[in-house]
Amino acid sequence: MIAAVGVKKSYPGRPVLRGVDLTVRDGETLAVIGGSGCGKSTLLKCVIGLVRPDAGAITVDGTDITRLTREIEVAQYRRRFGYLFQEAALFDSLSVWENVTFGLRYLTNIPSARYRAIARDKLALVGLKDVEDMKPAELSGGMKKRVALARAIAAEPAYILYDEPTTGLDPIMSDIISDLILDLQKALKTTAIVVTHDMKSAYKVASRIAMIHEGRVLAADRPEAIRASQDPYVHQFVEGLSQGPIQMKLKEFEPEVGR
Amino acid sequence: MKVVLLEDIGQGATAAFESMGRFTFLVRSTLVWALRAPIEWRQVLIQMQRIGVESLPVTTMTTFFTGMVLALQSGASSKHFFNEPLFVGTVVSFAMVMELGPVMTALVVSGRAGAAIAAELGTMKVTEQIDALYTLGTDPIRYLVIPRVLAFLLVLPLLTVLSDFSGIIGGWVVSSVKLDIPAGVYAADIFGNMEIRHFMHGFLKTFVFAGIISFISCFKGITTTGGAEGVGKSTTAAVVLSMVAVLIMDYFVTAILSAVGIT
Repeated sequence: MIAAVGVKKSYPGRPVLRGVDLTVRDGETLAVIGGSGCGKSTLLKCVIGLVRPDAGAITVDGTDITRLTREIEVAQYRRRFGYLFQEAALFDSLSVWENVTFGLRYLTNIPSARYRAIARDKLALVGLKDVEDMKPAELSGGMKKRVALARAIAAEPAYILYDEPTTGLDPIMSDIISDLILDLQKALKTTAIVVTHDMKSAYKVASRIAMIHEGRVLAADRPEAIRASQDPYVHQFVEGLSQGPIQMKLKEFEPEVGR
Repeated sequence: MKVVLLEDIGQGATAAFESMGRFTFLVRSTLVWALRAPIEWRQVLIQMQRIGVESLPVTTMTTFFTGMVLALQSGASSKHFFNEPLFVGTVVSFAMVMELGPVMTALVVSGRAGAAIAAELGTMKVTEQIDALYTLGTDPIRYLVIPRVLAFLLVLPLLTVLSDFSGIIGGWVVSSVKLDIPAGVYAADIFGNMEIRHFMHGFLKTFVFAGIISFISCFKGITTTGGAEGVGKSTTAAVVLSMVAVLIMDYFVTAILSAVGIT
């Protein structure tokens, strides 16, 4: 179980998280939705310990990451996670199979002779075949995401964190990736947080949806409850309406009328 | 206006101190990881190939021509005073081995390999590949910094020795073709005067230069922010800082080596 309590994080001159309280139960897939810059990716990075919160606690299976100071403890803590990066973050200099099995050397005791076979299996799980020897630069956006997904699950983590898994993909590929996440969650029985602003994907993969707005959790409920929410903020976001309480800048400046 | 100026100065000073603190932290973490975790020897070899083998043509060519210029200049000077070119081999070899070989090689390698390191690590930073290393059970210090620093420490001294030879051969070519100095005289000028301590003076400097270039390039790379523009800035800063630091530290290292008698 992941429990975040009162998590705050500011970057110079810009508060991002203003006190996030959120619980992810074992076995569930929590989709975290919210507009760009609302702090959802920062929250994910706080959970895995890539960003240290200014205040609050994030406890995973009884270990509070905010209290760990030694690098070795943080490294131990991270072992339970697989992380899918927004832009895949594959290592350019390594081939696909080396990317997929990269973490095995550090996270497991599996002999390296088995790496290639493991890479083939994990790639098959994400629907890829005969790409083991290709370099990331030779892959399309959707294929990169799949390889990154195979890399994230290679060491069989208990938790998978997905950072905008469908961003930058065409609608069909987005749906395929959503199906893949759903299949993986069923097959691997992991607990997951999916950060996204793609509502179609969120409805499909999530067992619960939490909406973050201006650094706080506005609502957290089952997908159908979120879809039917009467909260004007939630309603505006899930319906994708330009009019509503969430104000976004249309232009950097407005011309003065009548001059 | 005055307050704004003071604020700017204060912010600049804070940023500079913060940067120095982070740099010191990087050096400390590198030493800790190097002692604690197994070295990634495969990565070290790859970096040795990139830093060393691929820099070799440009470093030897640069120092070859430096040796040629030294011979031409010293030959002309001594001709002016003594009516014949004297001690050209001595001047070329001492200048190359003690000073120009190490410094020229360090400058050329910082422009080539230092820039490449900063650009590669900077790109890895802005595309989240450095974060990915953390999530896959390793650390950028262990996987990226230590192999590059080690490769630099192993390769730069070797490159410098080859540069020394290349410069001396360049000087010999000019001595024999332009100045009509027999090869025997040129060699006698070198071996009659040079001792192992003269060689060690230049050789020991290279380890300091290797440390400076590798740490600065890695530091600038892994602290890159701001996308493609940030990578460009980091790369430029890495090269400029490395070159300036090499030239400044050269004075202090020379002073220390002279003080302990290695000169």
